[in-house]
Amino acid sequence: MSIEKSSHSGEHRELGGSAGLPERFENPGLEPHRHRLADSDPKRAKRSERQIALIFTISILASIAGVVGYAVFPVDIDRASVLNVRWSTLVVGLGLGIGMLGIGVAAVQWARALMDDGEKIEDRHPMSAGPAAHQQSLEILRQGADEANIARRPVLKGAIAGALALAPLPFLVPLIGNLGADWDISKFKRTAWAPREDGSGDPERFFEGTYRYLARDPQDTKIRAADVTNGNIVHVIPHGLPEEEHYLEEKAKAVVLLVRVDPSILKEAPERADWSYDGIVAYSKICTHVGCPVALYEQQTHHVLCPCHQSTFDITDAAKVVFGPAKRALPQLPIKVDPEGYLYAAADFDEPVGPSYWQRER
Amino acid sequence: MSALARSRRHRFAPMLLLAFALLVVGGAYTALAPSSAQADALDDADAGKGEALFIANCATCHGPGAVGTDLAPSLVGVGPAAVHFQVTTGRMPMQASGPQAEAKPPQFSEDEALDMAAYIATLGPGPAIPTEEQVDPALGSAPNGMLLFRVNCAMCHNAVGAGGALTEGKYAPSLMNSSPTIIYEAMLTGPQSMPGFNDATLTPDEKRDIIAFLMEQRGTNPGGLSLGSLGPVSEGVWVFVVGLGALIGCAVWIGSRSS
Repeated sequence: MSIEKSSHSGEHRELGGSAGLPERFENPGLEPHRHRLADSDPKRAKRSERQIALIFTISILASIAGVVGYAVFPVDIDRASVLNVRWSTLVVGLGLGIGMLGIGVAAVQWARALMDDGEKIEDRHPMSAGPAAHQQSLEILRQGADEANIARRPVLKGAIAGALALAPLPFLVPLIGNLGADWDISKFKRTAWAPREDGSGDPERFFEGTYRYLARDPQDTKIRAADVTNGNIVHVIPHGLPEEEHYLEEKAKAVVLLVRVDPSILKEAPERADWSYDGIVAYSKICTHVGCPVALYEQQTHHVLCPCHQSTFDITDAAKVVFGPAKRALPQLPIKVDPEGYLYAAADFDEPVGPSYWQRER
Repeated sequence: MSALARSRRHRFAPMLLLAFALLVVGGAYTALAPSSAQADALDDADAGKGEALFIANCATCHGPGAVGTDLAPSLVGVGPAAVHFQVTTGRMPMQASGPQAEAKPPQFSEDEALDMAAYIATLGPGPAIPTEEQVDPALGSAPNGMLLFRVNCAMCHNAVGAGGALTEGKYAPSLMNSSPTIIYEAMLTGPQSMPGFNDATLTPDEKRDIIAFLMEQRGTNPGGLSLGSLGPVSEGVWVFVVGLGALIGCAVWIGSRSS
């Protein structure tokens, strides 16, 4: 940057008379150079030198201490202990950190206190190479095109364009392919709760071979309706799911909260009247905002809170959103009770669980 | 033998036999039935003293006879475990109304709390105070406890039990300093916002496993500043305030002139 004195001095013009502001400000240039104490006082310089040497010495000692610490607190397989690991990490880390930081601090201090600090001005070279060089470059390019005969050989033109276009494909195709071979999004619409209509389910896990029993997570034991008491909560998975394929993927869609509330405060739509059992309701645990598990149940207010973005759902009112960024209520799982008193899912969720995706209708 | 044979058709004989049978069954039950925890913990408790303490300290809000008022719920049937939990952690008596009753230095001794628990137990049956054996971490399985804790507790109380925020000023407290008995009673009774976990949801053995896990992981700091083990929140605050602050300080120092 040029800092030559501006040549506009003396062209001040008052703006509007009263404001007193000049039309443009002058470049004030560099302030006069102020010498440091160390520049004039050799004692002071000597002190700075000692200071910097001390910081370097601290760095040296810290580096040595780090290596010593590594030897003193062995972490190999025979002699490792929690205490050794803790001390070894601390000493080696501090040694390395102080060793590096010391070099940096000392170097900066050296530059600040002792090195010549006079300002120097170096103007930039002009960026342009000049019209003669331009002409010459264009001439070289034109000559190259002529020699390659591109204009007269259209086949080669097409061939090279094709080769260049196809060359990245061996890289791009696997990249996109590896994003996931499975583009079947219909599985978002069903969960492990879906009844086996053909009755092929294990009767231990499916009521009448068809309807999946509710089970405690993680114990995988069936749940009696009588065991779900007021003010309690049960975290639920489909019975037998842990032994099935794709357990975690299926569990991620199928987890359910089971809560009993006083039937007198339960608001139920007429079409959902048989989805609950004596005040026991089951809702998907997957937040409709971005899919975190909504499981922070406050039993006095009957609200469940999502820990990620504080969406809050009212269990007594069809798990509608009462606060937060979620748009839709938690999907409800219709439940029934078998003759022995165990809870089972009478149907799958009637809408996809979890957050919105590109083919969801609402 | 013949006297006994002769009197077996006496009209009092069936009644005598019934009385004898009842005596045998009752005696056998008393001898063989597992003694309830309530009996253990409340053996020396004095329900009369407890009632006096209740009237002097609790009845203002919970009403005479603990039937509840507009201010506070009925305590009939909450059980000795709930009383022991609330009183020995200092949550009750409440100092001021707020989003939730916070733990504070307890106002009553353990014995006084047990007296009150005995009084509340006379009003109606409820969850009992666990025995020493029921909460002994050495008898529980910490790995199983971790599995159960992650599903049932960690969402509110944090993965290591450091606690966390709920809505409108409520919070799940830290479990780092809670005694095994207190943790057990909280699971059993579900105090305040916390849902309960009855013995069908988490069996007594499973509750003990959770306690074993919590006790097991208390002393396992691998070094460094734990910053309350609160995860990204406290670590983020540390990085933004201390880390960026230090970097800004360095930049200012490097750019400043030496005197």
